[in-house]
Amino acid sequence: MTTLPASTTRKLGLVIDLDTCVGCHACVISCKGWNTENYGAPLSDQNAYGADNAGTFLNRVHSYEVQPEGDAAAQLIHFPKSCLHCEDAPCVTVCPTGASYKRVEDGIVLVNESNCIGCGLCAWACPYGARELDAAEGVMKKCTLCVDRIYNENLPEEDREPACVRTCPSNARHFGDLGDETSDVSKLVAERGGMDLMPEQGTKPVNKYLPPRPKDTLPHEGHDLDVLAPFLKPVAEEPKGFLGWLDKTLEKL
Amino acid sequence: MHPAPSVIFFTTFSGLGFGLLVFLGLGYPGVTGWSAFAFLTIAYVMAVGGLMASTFHLGRPERALKAFTQWRSSWLSREAWCAVGALVLMGLYGAGLVFFGTRVTALGVLGAALSLATVFTTSMIYTQLKTIPRWNMALTPVKFLSLSLAGGGLLAGQLTIALVLLVIAGGVQLLTWKEGDKALAASGTNMATATGLGDRGTVRAFEPPHTGTNYLLREFVHVVGRRHSQKLRLIALVLMTVVPVLLLMLPFSHIIGILAIASHIAGVLTARWLFFAEAEHVVGLYYGKR
Ligand code: SF4
Ligand code: SF4
Ligand code: SF4
Repeated sequence: MTTLPASTTRKLGLVIDLDTCVGCHACVISCKGWNTENYGAPLSDQNAYGADNAGTFLNRVHSYEVQPEGDAAAQLIHFPKSCLHCEDAPCVTVCPTGASYKRVEDGIVLVNESNCIGCGLCAWACPYGARELDAAEGVMKKCTLCVDRIYNENLPEEDREPACVRTCPSNARHFGDLGDETSDVSKLVAERGGMDLMPEQGTKPVNKYLPPRPKDTLPHEGHDLDVLAPFLKPVAEEPKGFLGWLDKTLEKL
Repeated sequence: MHPAPSVIFFTTFSGLGFGLLVFLGLGYPGVTGWSAFAFLTIAYVMAVGGLMASTFHLGRPERALKAFTQWRSSWLSREAWCAVGALVLMGLYGAGLVFFGTRVTALGVLGAALSLATVFTTSMIYTQLKTIPRWNMALTPVKFLSLSLAGGGLLAGQLTIALVLLVIAGGVQLLTWKEGDKALAASGTNMATATGLGDRGTVRAFEPPHTGTNYLLREFVHVVGRRHSQKLRLIALVLMTVVPVLLLMLPFSHIIGILAIASHIAGVLTARWLFFAEAEHVVGLYYGKR
């Protein structure tokens, strides 16, 4: 059914830390790797070794430059983006076949690929560009929140989280239940002021983004720039003994 | 949005075909026998041809029947139901006209209503999308309906009413362009809200996630075509409304009628191309484009 559930038991999703993401694209690759060989149709590439190559990805990393007012230095922010598993997912209600749905038990938004006619309307309805129609399979692909990992008892316990979360070298992606106030991810969101993307679109995303921390500022005048500096002052300005003799001799040459 | 020829043809011709069915269903012109057959054939070729063209852009056309299942929530599914309902009812009504020379009024009126509903549901598929502010307004269905009726009236040879409807449709089109140009800014969605970084400074797209293109850029970001949009708007309006209206004011002959129809169709096709090419999908903002 493509009507949305009134509420979901849990709200599984990701929390993405824009402060620590280093823009290495490791999550992009691990996502493609896992999802091309597991649940659903593979993520195809077109003309992979040619000049005009393209392919299907469920997760992509943008980079933005933010220029603050005045002459402050610009900040470069890497910005991973995958499906936000919205509570009010417009992609689900537009689907004519019922292929797109939101699960009642955990809130994950999925596509039943054997029902999808590839009309693309759900991708039109998603403001975030989280859905891509696979050119080879003709069906809609999107982030599954690695539903085939998180409940997978054949995997070791530590691997039962999304591939992108597992692989991130800077711990910029966190996975958990955002419907549970006591969960680690919810605490993180509360602590760091986690935000919604395009809140005015009314999609109520489950995934949250942690804003970059402000850059360090220079201390006021009159203060020492570095508290350790006094301790690191050179102890002997003039060399003595043998070194002193050497210094003077070399000077004369 | 990418102006896909299949969708442009689909919306233009099915709009005209269903517009003609509305007039035939209501008994304008009140034809029977062979001349009813001729009118109905034109309407069916346009409406069904348009619907067939729309399946060309499906990734999996062989599963198209599944699109009938979600009428409770999906406008696309409702469109499928209305279209089939209208075609079946008008087929029965047409059989009465052609083979028995009788007009079953109730069937015709119901068929006309469903034909109009088909055009409305088509327009709602576009109107419902908050992601495309230019389409997300009440004027969009008004535009689709007025154009469909104007074209239908023209095809049905109802010259007086067609004249009035053409002027209305032209006016609505102008208003849609005027309002549409303000829609993206008015929607409040911009790079600042897209990235959530707007409160710390001016956001600029520094590097896209991929060096080549992808589905999103091909489908949603079509910036090139907008360069000549003002000229194309003028051409569309002249062909769609001005030329047919002037022609209809001349003493009527079949040649003039056909010229008016041809000009109108060319105008609607141009306007429909612009409808897609000019539409900004908010996902473009993530790429620093609109
Ligand atoms: S991010 Fe897009 S695809 Fe994912 S649930 Fe929200 S609207 Fe749907
Ligand atoms: S592309 Fe598939 S999942 Fe998306 S709306 Fe069409 S049928 Fe539904
Ligand atoms: S949760 Fe899984 S499918 Fe979604 S972006 Fe991460 S790796 Fe990809």
